[in-house]
Amino acid sequence: MQTKAFDDIRAHAEKEWEALEHSQKPRILVGTATCGLAAGAEAVLKAIEAELAQRGIEAILMQVGCIGLCYSEPMVDIVGPGQARVCYGGVTPEMVTRLIEEHVVNGRPCSDLALGTVGKGSADGIRPLFESPVLKPQVRIVLRRCGLIDPENIRHYIATGGYRGLAKALKMSADEVIAEVKRSGLRGRGGAGFPTGQKWEFCRKSAGKQKYIICNADEGDPGAFMNRSLLEGDPHSVLEGMLIGACAIGASEGYIYCRAEYPLALKRLRIAMAQMEEYGLLGNDVLGSGFGFHLKIKEGAGAFVCGEETALMASIEGKRGMPRSRPPFPAVSGLWGKPTNINNVETWANTAAIMENGADWYASYGSKGNSGTKTFSLVGKVERTGLIEVPLGITLAQIINDIGGGMLGGKAFKAVQTGGPSGGCLGSDFLNSPVDYETLAKAGSIVGSGGMIVLDEDTCVVDLARYFLTFVQNESCGKCVPCRVGTRQMLGILERITRGEGRAEDIDQLQTLAETVRDGSLCALGGTAPNPVLTTLRYFRSEYEAHILEKRCPARGCQKLVSCYILPDKCEGCGICLKACPVEAIAGGKRMVHVIDQVKCTRCGACIDICPPRFSAIKKVSGEEIEVPPEPIPVTPKKKAAKTEPAE
Amino acid sequence: MQERVRQLLASQKVDTGAVIPLLQKVQETFGYLPQEAIGQVARLLKMSESEIFGVATFYAQFRFTRPGDHTIKVCLGTACHVRGGSQIMETIERELDVKAGGTTKDFKFGLERVACFGSCALAPVLVVDDKVYGRLSSGKTKEIIAQHQ
Repeated sequence: MQTKAFDDIRAHAEKEWEALEHSQKPRILVGTATCGLAAGAEAVLKAIEAELAQRGIEAILMQVGCIGLCYSEPMVDIVGPGQARVCYGGVTPEMVTRLIEEHVVNGRPCSDLALGTVGKGSADGIRPLFESPVLKPQVRIVLRRCGLIDPENIRHYIATGGYRGLAKALKMSADEVIAEVKRSGLRGRGGAGFPTGQKWEFCRKSAGKQKYIICNADEGDPGAFMNRSLLEGDPHSVLEGMLIGACAIGASEGYIYCRAEYPLALKRLRIAMAQMEEYGLLGNDVLGSGFGFHLKIKEGAGAFVCGEETALMASIEGKRGMPRSRPPFPAVSGLWGKPTNINNVETWANTAAIMENGADWYASYGSKGNSGTKTFSLVGKVERTGLIEVPLGITLAQIINDIGGGMLGGKAFKAVQTGGPSGGCLGSDFLNSPVDYETLAKAGSIVGSGGMIVLDEDTCVVDLARYFLTFVQNESCGKCVPCRVGTRQMLGILERITRGEGRAEDIDQLQTLAETVRDGSLCALGGTAPNPVLTTLRYFRSEYEAHILEKRCPARGCQKLVSCYILPDKCEGCGICLKACPVEAIAGGKRMVHVIDQVKCTRCGACIDICPPRFSAIKKVSGEEIEVPPEPIPVTPKKKAAKTEPAE
Repeated sequence: MQERVRQLLASQKVDTGAVIPLLQKVQETFGYLPQEAIGQVARLLKMSESEIFGVATFYAQFRFTRPGDHTIKVCLGTACHVRGGSQIMETIERELDVKAGGTTKDFKFGLERVACFGSCALAPVLVVDDKVYGRLSSGKTKEIIAQHQ
């Protein structure tokens, strides 16, 4: 390998990065990953551009990926010349004038709006961001560049250590690279946790000249977005990992199978690949080493089952994405019948870090048998939703309470759902259990690709099981009977139960069906589809019984089993709910206690959402009736006096 | 139509496994897969129409009827489900008098359900054309629809 070629690129990139870091112009970084855009980053970006133009300020305006603090999007970082980098959260276009005026023009960071400082240096009254409770327990390996570099500039990646792992790997023998990955203890981050080094070795040892590698970026689990965020924020880390893998396995061609629902990730991948070609990192002779590698992107077309490796390969071949039985495993006969190695986005990105910093460094994180870190999308009913990266072995309580900031609105914790439609719901008994492959599997769930959805007392687990069954039933490819027919039967039963038409024998029948589907299905989709039902039956059986025997939904989540009432002693007759009701089920007038027509009401909850919190006059109940006047009556003035009395 | 499909296909690279990328290109151009396109893709790839149709119907991305001027996609992924995504869907169905998977009578709006956009931290989420809207409520949803009317 001509190391000089890479050294030159590196020196050039580092020079550019240095110049940026020590620039005399102020730098403004706006997080414009999909989550930032959804929260309104585009309007903020435009406001900044307009403000800078109006004041005639020359600044470096950069768009960066997501740092993971999705709850405080849109985020803007400002770095004054020679100053610390200050990160602002929840930025609105209205705040831009003040930020530019005070921070950029006068050089005084707005400490009341700042989330923290990033990197070196300090600012008065602002704490380092990575010392905050949300980031302190996290270890950033895969996400270490997300939100800090321009993902569309390969030189930023190279200047921050990028492609150094590849340069190392090119100097080593294939066996040495595989041994290094094996020694790191890295396991597949797509969900199943198979040792990565071993997987590579199988494929390397397979007979055949033509071999393929594939990056599985078909992140189909609803409630998971780790791969999207990584591809949007640091695409080169994934691509470098693929190059290392290709070189170790002896593959000359690779594919990235990415969902079409991720347009920004696809765009950034295409830009990154064009830059790689420009720098000699793709093509017939990677960095002059004699190793040739070509890469193509295939857009997924919206089929969850294509996350399964054999189905994914069928889809790349242009067929219906149906799984086939294994063996032969893809390592022997995969894409177009040739030996193929598939890894998930996060696995590839990890291998780049392992080659750069060494197996021992990587294995120093995590727990025994579960080395390294895992990214999770922490969503649902927690205060601080976002993308996190934690060492394996951390407890669920640390994730939910420390990083997530506890339950949203102070509600009670009920369960955490991991692994999406293939995983399960774990209740409060598991809060102090370590998050690793074995512990979660023993509990009936899986680590999965990393979706982590927190549920509170208002989430009905029976309804959630029904939701997941609807999903897998829709996505079942229909090839094998247990999955095709079994999931449909299970869904039918769950729909009946949530409608209040459950029968006493339903629980046993669900259990039997679930076990049959699990044991009899051809691929992992069917094999894991019953997990949400099996875990909720195991840990929340009483909720099923309440639905079936008492026709009651304890979480008040099943629309058919709840009723809404307006409490006459709390209603002030303001009329807000009356206007909000989409089906005109609320009767009332000015200063009259409103009444809901129980026949017309669809239990959509619009009135509850809109009733001012100081009244909180609408109550949702299940299995009980509240006595209210049949028709609107005048609001009794005396209770108002009674309310204000203690304050006087 | 036939001529437009022909021209489009003539400009595309055809290699192994080209069916799905070709169909994606057709849909990107026309908004759906017109009947004529299926036939022309089949002839181009020397496959039967039923094979092409089989592939197209397998994937949720492909549609066979004319879409609305604006496409509203409501996310019903887990995080959105837990935070009230189905209420957002119901609101739109009611406001526009259209069911998920359908198009309004004036072809102004098409309504689709999507399993997950990956913007879960901002649930519930919807996408109009290519613009993502997060942290929705029924009220905010009505405003977004009004903006596009």
